[in-house]
Amino acid sequence: MPSAASAVSAPVGSSGGALARLRHINWGRKAVIGIPFAFLVLFFSLPFLVVLKISVSEADGVQFKDLVDFADGTLTLRLKLANYQFLATDPLYLKTYVSSVAYAAGNALICLFIGYPFAYFMTRARPTLRPILVMLVSLPFWTSYLLRIYAWKGLLDDNGVINNVLLWAHVIDAPLKMMYTAFSMMIGMVYTYLPFMILPLYGTLVKADPRLLEAAGDLGTTPWKAFWLITVPLSKAGIIAGTMLVFIPSVGEYVIPELLGGPQTLMIARVLWNEYFQNVDWPMASAVAVIMVVLILLPLVLLNRYQNVEGRAQGDAKRPGGAAA
Amino acid sequence: MIGRLGKAWLWAGYAFLYIPIVTLVVFSFNDSNLLSVWGGVSLRWYYALVADEQIQSAVWISLKIAFLSASAAIILGTLAAFAISRYRRFAGRTTFLAHINAPLVVPEVITGLSLLLFFVACENLFGGASLRGLLSIWIGHTSICTAYATVVIQARLSEVDRSVEEAAMDLGCRPFQVFYLIILPAITQSLASAWLLTFTISLDDVVSTQFLMMPGTTTLPVLIFARARLGLDPMINAVATITVILVGTGVAVASLLLVRQERLRAEAQAAAYREAVLAAKAG
Repeated sequence: MPSAASAVSAPVGSSGGALARLRHINWGRKAVIGIPFAFLVLFFSLPFLVVLKISVSEADGVQFKDLVDFADGTLTLRLKLANYQFLATDPLYLKTYVSSVAYAAGNALICLFIGYPFAYFMTRARPTLRPILVMLVSLPFWTSYLLRIYAWKGLLDDNGVINNVLLWAHVIDAPLKMMYTAFSMMIGMVYTYLPFMILPLYGTLVKADPRLLEAAGDLGTTPWKAFWLITVPLSKAGIIAGTMLVFIPSVGEYVIPELLGGPQTLMIARVLWNEYFQNVDWPMASAVAVIMVVLILLPLVLLNRYQNVEGRAQGDAKRPGGAAA
Repeated sequence: MIGRLGKAWLWAGYAFLYIPIVTLVVFSFNDSNLLSVWGGVSLRWYYALVADEQIQSAVWISLKIAFLSASAAIILGTLAAFAISRYRRFAGRTTFLAHINAPLVVPEVITGLSLLLFFVACENLFGGASLRGLLSIWIGHTSICTAYATVVIQARLSEVDRSVEEAAMDLGCRPFQVFYLIILPAITQSLASAWLLTFTISLDDVVSTQFLMMPGTTTLPVLIFARARLGLDPMINAVATITVILVGTGVAVASLLLVRQERLRAEAQAAAYREAVLAAKAG
């Protein structure tokens, strides 16, 4: 329709042509915004609303009863909150939320402890060497993540490579039980998410001006103190970005706990998976999904608020200086 | 400069990142049914791979879905990146940004479950044929991949000098011509890397696929996941080795091409500069 309209108005005259062009721009603009927007609304938000609806509906075989009922002139809204009640009171579910967040936070911390020195030493390497070092960190991304996690199964198994090497070297007498424990799961998590920590840290650390450290040294600061007073604060953005990039996907991680974790390592995504695939309890799986989203959005909202406050504080701090200059 | 501790830390880190991949490759040539016990060099798992029709059909389905998802994702991603970087103000911009970024944050179990329940609801509502299978996997992968494609393309698009676009507009180019003649050539490389990235993401996806697939549309990761859950399977090592070789060659070729392109561009720039200097002198 719009193209027909512009085609009709185009030959009228120069002003008509300009108008048609304007209209053309508007339609082009609407399409550029509208097409991806419509796709994601239809196939991302709307499905989540379906989940929200099913989480509070009464199951009726494979169908679900409508939430809103209009009968005998009265409108009734039927919300079944039993699922949420159960999820909030059942100790196993509570334990699972806590342990998912705890494992994810632990993963982020371990990645930070390994990744920060790693990224720091990368920036200290020869400048010609640095692009290769960065490429070597990101290269494993390109091979299948599933296969790389599977590889740890072969390494950590009771009869695996590590146990065999240790037995052969007489370090141990009996194979260590590493597989299907919290240990093997954490190894897999750290292994998978370490590059997500290293790359943003490297990005901020490499930008830090080395002259600041030199100046600190000239003024008599010890290198260790200079590191804590200058390098670490300058890399705060990288620390926050890396921690978020590791923490958020770890909370909802499914493949790693399933392949490397044991029955004791409770993770929320596994619970959702089992509710859906084993118990075929769709409303319960949906309720777990809703709670997972809340669990993940909460730190993001807090971070956003913190960054806004920080940004305002920085703006305030800058203003008087700007006025003086 | 870097110190002994630094070197040790880097070596240990890289060893941690690469030892699992190396063991995967080494044990794919192991002539033993037990993955972890060395029984001599052999290619038996590669022969087994060639004979395994289940894996072959899964590879074919995975490649098809990855190709379609990556292609759809870079089209949607280009549109979204363009909207974000060129239309600074429009109604619903915040919601738009939230929609683009959400698939990066929301766990895949949720993306998969919600899209599946959505398709089931559609089937119940409209009746008719089942929508699940290739179509639902493709849509699921596309919405995840679009988010990644947008990030990559937008990063490049925000670097492109807008004054050239404005000049072209002033000289009477239509918006589409501006896009086709100026923006597209400038972002081609990022489109290629976005396509490759989303292709590998789709090729690797197991969680949302498991929700969205039907028995006839098992993809390679779903098959590998099912076998890996049961235990160690040397055929998976053979698959891994093949992908490592393909990725290794791909990365090597891509970086060679990139280096060559950079050199050619630098040479062209130097030549143009020399000419300009000569012209200025002559003038």
